[in-house]
Amino acid sequence: MSVDSGDGAGASRFSGSGITKRFGALAVLESVDFSMGMDEAVGIVGPNGAGKTTLLATLSGAYQPSAGAVTFGGHDVTRLPAAARCRLGLVRTHQVPKPFSGMTTFENVYVAAAHGDVRSRDEAYERAIDALNLCGMLAVANRQAETLGLLDRKRLELARALATGPKVILLDEIGGGLTDSEAQELVQTIQELRRRGIGIVWIEHIVHVLLQVVERLICMDAGRIIADGEPQAVMSDPEVVRAYLGGSTQ
Amino acid sequence: MSLVVSPSMVQRWTRLSRRAAAAVVIVLLGLAVLPGVLGAGAIDRLAALFVYVIMAAMWNALAGYGGLVSVGQQMFFGLGAYFTVRLAETGLDPFVAMGMASLLVAVVSYPLSLVMLRLKGGEFAIGMWVVSALTHLMVNLDGLIQGETGRSLISLNAYAPGARRDIIYWLALVAMTGLLGGLFALLRNRTGASIQAIRDNEEAAGSLGIDVTRTKRLIFVLAAFGIGVAGALWLASATTFQPKTYFSVQWTAYMIFMVLVGGIGRFEGAILGAVIFFLIETWFGALGVWYLIGLGVVALLFSLFMPLGLWGAIETRFGVSLMPVGYRLEIPPQSRKD
Ligand SMILES: Nc1ncnc2c1ncn2[C@@H]1O[C@H](COP(=O)(O)OP(=O)(O)O)[C@@H](O)[C@H]1O
Ligand SMILES: [Mg+2]
Repeated sequence: MSVDSGDGAGASRFSGSGITKRFGALAVLESVDFSMGMDEAVGIVGPNGAGKTTLLATLSGAYQPSAGAVTFGGHDVTRLPAAARCRLGLVRTHQVPKPFSGMTTFENVYVAAAHGDVRSRDEAYERAIDALNLCGMLAVANRQAETLGLLDRKRLELARALATGPKVILLDEIGGGLTDSEAQELVQTIQELRRRGIGIVWIEHIVHVLLQVVERLICMDAGRIIADGEPQAVMSDPEVVRAYLGGSTQ
Repeated sequence: MSLVVSPSMVQRWTRLSRRAAAAVVIVLLGLAVLPGVLGAGAIDRLAALFVYVIMAAMWNALAGYGGLVSVGQQMFFGLGAYFTVRLAETGLDPFVAMGMASLLVAVVSYPLSLVMLRLKGGEFAIGMWVVSALTHLMVNLDGLIQGETGRSLISLNAYAPGARRDIIYWLALVAMTGLLGGLFALLRNRTGASIQAIRDNEEAAGSLGIDVTRTKRLIFVLAAFGIGVAGALWLASATTFQPKTYFSVQWTAYMIFMVLVGGIGRFEGAILGAVIFFLIETWFGALGVWYLIGLGVVALLFSLFMPLGLWGAIETRFGVSLMPVGYRLEIPPQSRKD
């Protein structure tokens, strides 16, 4: 795993090394090492409370790690706030959606596009419309975000993140509670992101959906990475099986 | 579904809002020539209305768009007046002093923003009140003001009363037009969308690349400046500066009243609220305590039965927007190719 693809400086990699995160006395992440190519697609699974969301939050800059470093495309971003990381091309979605409730769906996505690397307002418009279209949200573009249901709020998280023009996108359980056909639409959307060369880290419980997109799977338990590699191998790893039988799988 | 994407799908002005803009220009031009038509009393009252509009728009910008609810905005009103008195004392022309005092309020508000914007929600609201009370006390210590004795803007006497009244009226009109025009432009550009995003969810705004601190600072300083202008204008028509009348929380209460009744977070709402407040004051202001009780009751009724304010209700009911700062997406059917 995580073999550097030749360019020594790691300019084409996104890595966290020795990431530790404590909340008071509670250690939620314990010296996690994570590394991926900028255009790779990696899935993360693990029982609830394993620290998946905390890892994403720390990598994206919402949390400062208690120890460890984060590098992104050759930059050391450990001390950069989330906004600065986003401008470098690293963006996340939130497991519990955080819409801008007083604005319309379109405005939610436009404000994200406008802070990306666009050169003009028209380009931001185009990017916002494209993101809404890709996420199947054109029909609700003019609705106030506070009137959206959970499903659309999750789509909005994805559309907004996409509109920033990311190099790597971190997805946190955007597929929970979907019907089979909705899940297929989501898979198609994520596959389109891959075609565009966007790197993906995707936390999801529904493994068969995840496996349609990712070529590499990481399993976390109790603040550590317990398996990392080819998805089938990871799922049959004895430690992974034990973690799932021991913890709550849903 | 594939789609031919074009920026022209995003609509901002509508036919109605273009007409409203034309109407605004005509009204402003009409207002500009009124000093030759109306009597002294009416001109004074209208100048007061312009000051109310400025105050309502600024509090709306801060709280309605920025989510920064403050009950200490009287601090900037008081400082605008105080700095004017102070600067005029150095021999500066009183009207020049007003302009410089307003800028000084903006300058002072910047370091203050660094401290106050660390506070959230209720802490910020009350913190602003506390700082306002402290500022009031510090102004009391100035030997020129001598506690609550106060000081007059004596240098205004260099102008004949009629000319003075007209100049103040025009200054208030120009200040209102400039401040509201500037605010409208700001809210319509990218920064305006960021301000509202931060209001709705600060963490999400940051995670999408918005510079939260810088944006909040901008709106804080802008609101301070605008209210400083209002304080300077109020002093010019009242001529005497007495700290407790300017640093009174009643000014912020008026701002809140105007914005709640007119419609918080709506550009038209603050203007409408200022006009309503002005009319209520004109008709019932002489009733003293009962007038204040009446204001309180009206505000209460609005927050209970019309939480979006008058303009919010009109906007929801009829779907109209005269001064739109938002965005609408209209996809023409021919651009969809399935
Ligand atoms: N802000 C926080 N403060 C304290 N504890 C937290 C915080 N965020 C997460 N935790 C704890 O860290 C653990 C891991 O949480 P999380 O990263 O959300 O797990 P997962 O996403 O894998 O379900 C949980 O026990 C949770 O209670
Ligand atoms: Mg989680």
